[in-house]
Amino acid sequence: MSLFEGLSGKLQETINKFKGKGRVTEKDVKDMMREIKLALLEADVNFKVVKDFINKVSERAVGQDVLESLTPGQQVIKIVNDELIELMGRVQSKVTFSSKPPTVFMMVGLQGSGKTTTSGKLASLLRKQGKSPLLVACDIYRPAAIKQLQVVGSQLNVPVFSIGDKINPVDIAKAAVEHAKLQQHDLVIIDTAGRLHINEELMDELENIKKAVNPHEILLVVDSMTGQDAVNVAESFNNKLGVDGIVLTKLDGDTRGGAALSVKAVTGKPIKFAGMGEKLSDIEPFFPDRMASRILGMGDVLSLIEKAQEAFDEKKALELEKKMRTQQFTLEDFLEQMQQVKKMGPLQQVLSMLPGMNSKALENVDIDEKKMLHVEAIIKSMTRQERNDPSVINGSRRKRIAAGSGTTIQEVNKLLKDFEEMKKMFKAMSDMGKHNKKGMGKFRLPF
Amino acid sequence: MGFFDRLKEGLQKTRKGITEKIDQVLVSFGKIDEELFEELEEILITSDVGIETTSKIIEDLKKKVKEKKVIDPKMVKELLKEELVSIMQDEDTDLNLNTSPSVIIVIGVNGVGKTTSIGKIANLYKQRGKRVILAAGDTFRAAAIDQLEIWANRVGVDLIKQSEGSDPAAVVYDAVQSAKARKADILICDTAGRLHTKKNLMDELNKVSRVLDRELPNSSRETLLVLDATTGQNAISQAKTFSECANITGIVLTKLDGTAKGGIVIAIKNELNIPVKLIGVGEKIDDLQRFSSQEFVEALFE
Repeated sequence: MSLFEGLSGKLQETINKFKGKGRVTEKDVKDMMREIKLALLEADVNFKVVKDFINKVSERAVGQDVLESLTPGQQVIKIVNDELIELMGRVQSKVTFSSKPPTVFMMVGLQGSGKTTTSGKLASLLRKQGKSPLLVACDIYRPAAIKQLQVVGSQLNVPVFSIGDKINPVDIAKAAVEHAKLQQHDLVIIDTAGRLHINEELMDELENIKKAVNPHEILLVVDSMTGQDAVNVAESFNNKLGVDGIVLTKLDGDTRGGAALSVKAVTGKPIKFAGMGEKLSDIEPFFPDRMASRILGMGDVLSLIEKAQEAFDEKKALELEKKMRTQQFTLEDFLEQMQQVKKMGPLQQVLSMLPGMNSKALENVDIDEKKMLHVEAIIKSMTRQERNDPSVINGSRRKRIAAGSGTTIQEVNKLLKDFEEMKKMFKAMSDMGKHNKKGMGKFRLPF
Repeated sequence: MGFFDRLKEGLQKTRKGITEKIDQVLVSFGKIDEELFEELEEILITSDVGIETTSKIIEDLKKKVKEKKVIDPKMVKELLKEELVSIMQDEDTDLNLNTSPSVIIVIGVNGVGKTTSIGKIANLYKQRGKRVILAAGDTFRAAAIDQLEIWANRVGVDLIKQSEGSDPAAVVYDAVQSAKARKADILICDTAGRLHTKKNLMDELNKVSRVLDRELPNSSRETLLVLDATTGQNAISQAKTFSECANITGIVLTKLDGTAKGGIVIAIKNELNIPVKLIGVGEKIDDLQRFSSQEFVEALFE
């Protein structure tokens, strides 16, 4: 069960308890708020941040008539979601550039948060926007850190400034900026060593780099899987250096990423980018609203809609709809539709963006993409005539199709049967649509 | 410095964090009431213990308080300590490396400190007179091989490597042959950091396992999952998913020298029964310690 289902279910339960009572007591609200509190804590939002947040939401929930709505639980979640977005910042924040180039970005953070990879990703992203970046290797401590940045640089074909690990990082940074001026680089990205926020010596070093090169933006790189400690880390770095923005990494995993909220709440600084994968192109602008949904476990609906829009051709969709209504939907159309779904990405990924779906929920749903491949192979092994009119497919044709697609006759039979049922469903749906808009029924695809 | 002192030094932050707060709570409450338990619950949660485990601990604590008719709030702390010890207890926290060669395979998500931990483990056993060989199985991340090589030189052990981008299973195969030929006692295999949600990368781990099964069927093997102490509830998901493709025998908990409390190990032990075997408490080569549940909890509550 996903957190979202869990949360809305529990809220509904709480609400059912006081349904006949006419009005919500303080205790009722308290019970509801406890569920929300637990949900946020499970998502790793810092405890203090949760407390403040709950106080805010309580006020709004008490003021509104949540009981009036058909699904009060959902309504409370909406309030929570709104407040989350409010807290995370409504608009997307971008990095800014100095009017006097070169613009200097300084990457800071704990060990293992992903500074070096992120430096490379940023260089690549901003080069696409017309910048000429220079990467600077200031991590003289971790074994092979400089080499890592050099490899990343060569993969991207972005120059890396390094003068070895025997020179003070402050001097490296200074030299790099001079070098950038000479070489006409308008963007300098300084990769610093990972350090604990309580290591004073190393924190002083960062302060000295800052004084020496006066960076336009100091970006704090935070692992999205960070737990309760995220506030201490963000607070320390921000107090010492004055952070300008945050980059959240490793968001391609299954963490809810409550740290995002904690970090934003304690620093007040916007999250500007999100690292989404292993490849050097896997960096995206950060969308606060999507993150709010993710923390609450509501799925990344917006991203899904966008993906669907990218992949889906509206004209074709209209045609398809008409065909469905008029019972002219053929296996040919079905194949095409399947390919469009595939364009949206791996099914598992697409499904995970839906509300109520998370890795736990998907654990038992084995979406066998191989099966989809089988279905595709079967349809592709049919003649055009067979695809447009499956009724002509007799025994020997079935045998041929099975052999041609490398499947069994049973599989071919099953597909044909499921397809017929699907067609009936479409018909039933459009018939229903004529009378009322409700009632989708169970919709089963043949894979 | 004795082991206990070193552990304490490393855990000072953890101890201060949890016990100071608990003491504060106990001082400020004169009697045992619901609010006291709620405060205790908060303390565990802010240490990343997680809700499920925290709830279980608090429930058990309440029962015990009732059963034993405790009226002194300070006694509640003793009971909580007992409760934590009972969760964390494990008979088997030693690394099981009885054969020569024995194998240690080190896995985990990106950036938790796998390579550094390997350097420290290699050093630990080298000090004990063991012949150690390292396998550079992280062929994916830029300069990961160089990083391990620096560690190998630092410790003074052999490293088996191929070029970046090569098949990790092939590297491990080579390393096994070398371990046999050089009569090594312990072969430690590095692997690339991978998010547990990436199926193909998890399959790659399987392949490495199969090579070891085939080439060293009778060798002792430790599969150590490295977890970053700053990680929150996702560590449970990591432990669960990695368990599915590897028989995890223990956890190495790193970066305990920061302000992170590392309470997640309590949740993992409680929910998945995977013992913590080693902890990383600093950046120095010998900042790796054997985990003892008893002493871990003792140190927390000192």
